[in-house]
Amino acid sequence: MKAVITVIGHDRIGIIASVTGVLAKANVNILDISQTIMQNIFSMIMLVDVSNMNCEFSEMSDLLKQTGEDLGVDIRFQREEIFTSMHRI
Amino acid sequence: MFNVNEILETINMISEENLDIRTITMGISLRDCASDSGKTAGQKIYEKIVRCAQNLVRTGEDIEKDFGIPIINKRISVTPIALVAESSDEENYAVFARVLDKAAKAVGVNFIGGFSSLVHKGYTKGDKLLIKAIPEALSETERVCASVNLATTKSGINMDAVKEMGFIIKECAERTRNNGAVACSKLVVFSNVPEDNPFMAGAFHGVGEPECVINVGVSGPGVVAHALKDLNGADFGTIAETIKKTAFKITRMGQLVAQEASSRLKIPFGIVDLSLAPTPAVGDSVARILEAMGLEKCGAHGTTAALALLNDAVKKGGVMASSYVGGLSGAFIPVSEDAGMIEAVMRGALSIEKLEAMTCVCSVGLDMIAVPGDTPASTISAIIADEAAIGMVNSKTTAVRIIPVPGMKEGDVVEYGGLFGRAPIMRVNPFSSEEFINRGGRIPAPLQSLKN
Repeated sequence: MKAVITVIGHDRIGIIASVTGVLAKANVNILDISQTIMQNIFSMIMLVDVSNMNCEFSEMSDLLKQTGEDLGVDIRFQREEIFTSMHRI
Repeated sequence: MFNVNEILETINMISEENLDIRTITMGISLRDCASDSGKTAGQKIYEKIVRCAQNLVRTGEDIEKDFGIPIINKRISVTPIALVAESSDEENYAVFARVLDKAAKAVGVNFIGGFSSLVHKGYTKGDKLLIKAIPEALSETERVCASVNLATTKSGINMDAVKEMGFIIKECAERTRNNGAVACSKLVVFSNVPEDNPFMAGAFHGVGEPECVINVGVSGPGVVAHALKDLNGADFGTIAETIKKTAFKITRMGQLVAQEASSRLKIPFGIVDLSLAPTPAVGDSVARILEAMGLEKCGAHGTTAALALLNDAVKKGGVMASSYVGGLSGAFIPVSEDAGMIEAVMRGALSIEKLEAMTCVCSVGLDMIAVPGDTPASTISAIIADEAAIGMVNSKTTAVRIIPVPGMKEGDVVEYGGLFGRAPIMRVNPFSSEEFINRGGRIPAPLQSLKN
């Protein structure tokens, strides 16, 4: 099963390090990362494989949300299907 | 591989444009709960609802979290209680409403629909008792919703029921006069009622439905309005095409959530209802979509045409996005629940007469309309009769959810809060319909050919 992580907020040092740290601990494999900074707004989209994740989906969702709050950015963790079902026939 | 723009578009729809799943509604058949003892029937009803729906709210919340899409309501619809209760010895059906309310609270749903009766051709004993109990049921329970179907295209309009419902609505208002006549907001009178509608207050689990089913209602007027904002000067073909594409995307969310809920709860998936359901939140308004097409205010001449285009394009886009579509499926135009409609009424742009015309081309009908408290029961009945006639002749669902607010007059505003919003009291035609309504009997079914 795959999931998409989106991080949106003001750029600062350590955003990717913090997020990937949380993912590594939970045994989540990163498949793809795309990152842009526009007018100091940082946006990162990450495709991850959660098949071997060692915690519940909702736990990871809460954990990433908390990480986002600590960093002052908005982090979402959503199953990939919401995007594929909306944009692919 | 993913596309960054697509992901950001979805996220933007959810966070900025109020895209949400409006409701996951579990339909539960109560046909096996009938008993000659009212007490036993009540017990069976309670136990069955709690057994079927115990995981509904939690599952909804889990899906919400996994997909990151808000699911606003988790609800239940049941077999029309008149059918279940009438073999029992109970004379006061408000008892069953209390059972439904208790069950709804036990499983944590915010509304339960199905305190209902189907009387389009006439009353049975159970129908009579149920309708009589509506005022008590709705004023003394919190979460129960009632509906009465009193007309169909195939059987005509039951004008005795039309007359009675005028009095019932007045009594509901009177019994909850200290709460803005809130009981009326939980009562819908229908023509051609659908049996799989997931939206309150008119939801019930029809007799042709399976034992238990999951129906989902999507929403997203804000997303459609946003999509139209960039189309200054575009022709109607472009507008329709844009609405179709947007409706497709919105409905795919509904389909995904419905399938997921169905598989997690191990209950068959029924339908996705394609309706555009507004909320009082800023930017979540159907009126604003019509205004985005170039009308100065919703209600201006041209509004009916704009709504016809919107309604049709939503269906065309939505139908392909879901394997099974049903329910009400169209744009809702509830006045109190739509910030743009409220403003249009207050500015004098929108009247009951214009709303009536709009109901000819969209679902559902005169919805959440507050009128002066001294409006006669016969006038309310006549409003119902007009709406039922539109539904009957056009082979479509129409409905009336009208609130005669005691002590209030034209220009006042009644505040409900939450999804029900606030309702400006609208002007009602002051001329009497009493003699017309007093005739009683049935209006025969209309001809289905020679259509002009």
